[in-house]
Amino acid sequence: MSTRPAGKRRSLLPPIRFRERMRDRDTAIYGVLIIIALIFPLATIFATDSTFLVSQAGHAGTFVLLAIGLNVVVGFAGLLDLGYAAFFAIGAYTYALFASAQLQASPAHHAYHLPFWLMMFVALFVAAAFGAVLGFPTLRLRGDYLAIVTLGFGEIVPQLFFNFDQWTGGINAIGGIDQPSLPAWITGPWAGANGIAILQNFTCKPFWASSAAPCYSFSFDPIAYYVLVLILIVAAVILVTNLHRSRLGRAWMAIREDEVAAAAMGINTVTTKLLAFAIGASFSGFAGAYYGASFGLVSPDQFYFVVSITVLVMVVLGGMGNITGVIVGAIIIYFVLNSLLPSLPSTVESFASNIGLGFLNDRNGDWPGLAGETQRLQFLLYGLILVLMMLLRPQGIFPSRVREQELKHAAVQEEEAVVEMTHA
Amino acid sequence: MSQAPTENVLELTNLTKRFGGLVAVDDVSLHIKRGEVFALIGPNGAGKTTLFNNVTGLFQPTSGTVVFDGRNITGSKPHEVARLGIARTFQNIRLFDYMTCVDNVRVGRHVRMRAKVWDSLFKLPRERREEVRVTEEAMDLLKFVGIQRQAHQYARNLPYGQQRRLEIARALATEPKLLLLDEPAAGFTPQEKVELMALVKKILARGITVFLIEHDMKVVMGISERIVVLDHGEKIAEGPPDEVRKDPRVIEAYLGKSA
Repeated sequence: MSTRPAGKRRSLLPPIRFRERMRDRDTAIYGVLIIIALIFPLATIFATDSTFLVSQAGHAGTFVLLAIGLNVVVGFAGLLDLGYAAFFAIGAYTYALFASAQLQASPAHHAYHLPFWLMMFVALFVAAAFGAVLGFPTLRLRGDYLAIVTLGFGEIVPQLFFNFDQWTGGINAIGGIDQPSLPAWITGPWAGANGIAILQNFTCKPFWASSAAPCYSFSFDPIAYYVLVLILIVAAVILVTNLHRSRLGRAWMAIREDEVAAAAMGINTVTTKLLAFAIGASFSGFAGAYYGASFGLVSPDQFYFVVSITVLVMVVLGGMGNITGVIVGAIIIYFVLNSLLPSLPSTVESFASNIGLGFLNDRNGDWPGLAGETQRLQFLLYGLILVLMMLLRPQGIFPSRVREQELKHAAVQEEEAVVEMTHA
Repeated sequence: MSQAPTENVLELTNLTKRFGGLVAVDDVSLHIKRGEVFALIGPNGAGKTTLFNNVTGLFQPTSGTVVFDGRNITGSKPHEVARLGIARTFQNIRLFDYMTCVDNVRVGRHVRMRAKVWDSLFKLPRERREEVRVTEEAMDLLKFVGIQRQAHQYARNLPYGQQRRLEIARALATEPKLLLLDEPAAGFTPQEKVELMALVKKILARGITVFLIEHDMKVVMGISERIVVLDHGEKIAEGPPDEVRKDPRVIEAYLGKSA
């Protein structure tokens, strides 16, 4: 059929080029993300003269980790998990209980202060174990049924932490959680209580600061946490990418495509799905430990249903099944929820007075003023943003190739169906 | 596993499958010899696919036993059956639509791969080596069924005939001793049927026993050494093609209709 020599290498050539090209988009996104991540602290500290935005970014990093983990369950294996925050809670409480004075007052009568690095791995395994425990009886269920069970689990776990107040402090939360002692290579010599001690005696005047200050001035160091979460994210991305392109990753995809055929090919569907659940949960476990450490406080109400849904929105909106998409989705949704919406009332207010509609800002009877009204409509706007984004880009911001194809085919099939109907 | 190979690859004894009041497979006994092409025929709804599903573990038989390679596999799970060495294709093609052809075949290699979660997480050298090897094996299998040029297309995008071939390649990737083909020639042109028969002969030459369901009499008579005829779940005839063709019950139940 072909005049080309039929050597193996030859026949593999075009596909490799194809793959490289497809990978390029992801490489580019990773490149941009890394550059932004590196510039971000410098730029924001320079612009705002505070580390507030850096600590916000550190917090956003938690959600990036969560989204990467949930993507394994939802995007790769196709299992809809509506109770993902439960594993996040389990991770956070695992660290909080064993790295604070909390257990002093509990029936254990002994406060544990285990190191962060150890507890991060413990939290990872504890969350994974709970993932397996939840998964074992429920993964025989399919689709919607599984979603409902995970939803229930997500409701139960915060309630447990709430009601076992002897151990967890219940509504009083666990405060005073140990700050991790971060090695100097994370905090950097420029910052941090645990940085190089000599530096502590120096005062610095950074070129952007107005006056000299001790080189370390934060006992709670946002930059250190920022670097830490970056490292965790990079590690998570590498591990998940490896999994995605492995025997297990293919088995997940196969199960998502056709469970019966996957089983007939020798894939143990129960253990494979269990692994997706446990691995997904483990990421939220160590995200939880990081969250507990950086926030210094965990309480049950930080892990309610809305967290599960937010992470799911990040995954779906970013592009289910695609790691870069999910990261971008997490960052965007975090920004919308924590920066755009809260600042909207004041932005709208000043905008109104700038264009001569200042009278709208005054309270008048039932009218709470433009700012107040915007405040009230915040989540309506959030909903509108979500609806618009999904209408404009149903496959997500950076979809996986597979999702792109699926939607394309669905659209074509719909058209064909319409054509058939109109011809009939 | 290290027993001497038995003469019969597969032995079904008094296999019965009921769905409520319906007896889909009724007390069927048959045996398939190593290295033969064995065909299962019968009118629509005779219980052929149900019998396949009982063998591959998708259904649990109501009664009776399935012995594969001298080992009782009655009631085993589908993935266990595949691991032991029975692979199958489906009547309605069930490929992984949004995976590439080579990935479909690599999924077939799953049972023969050894990479554990840790190997994959950290891309250990032995995992990389295995991936390279498996990719080569998958490409070879695609070449074996004649669709190596489509290796990196989504299975969804292949034409029908090539999808059937891909399904066979995927099944072969599990290194089966027994290959179950469920209507492999359905919807084929005469030319494609000839190619399919050639492919089945090539598969046989690899030392794989073939057990197939087929409606097309030319294909069945052309490649199979022995035939069993099912009607309403019951075995009504068994023997070489020429004998079965002349059997009055078969003519009545099956061939009579098409003639």
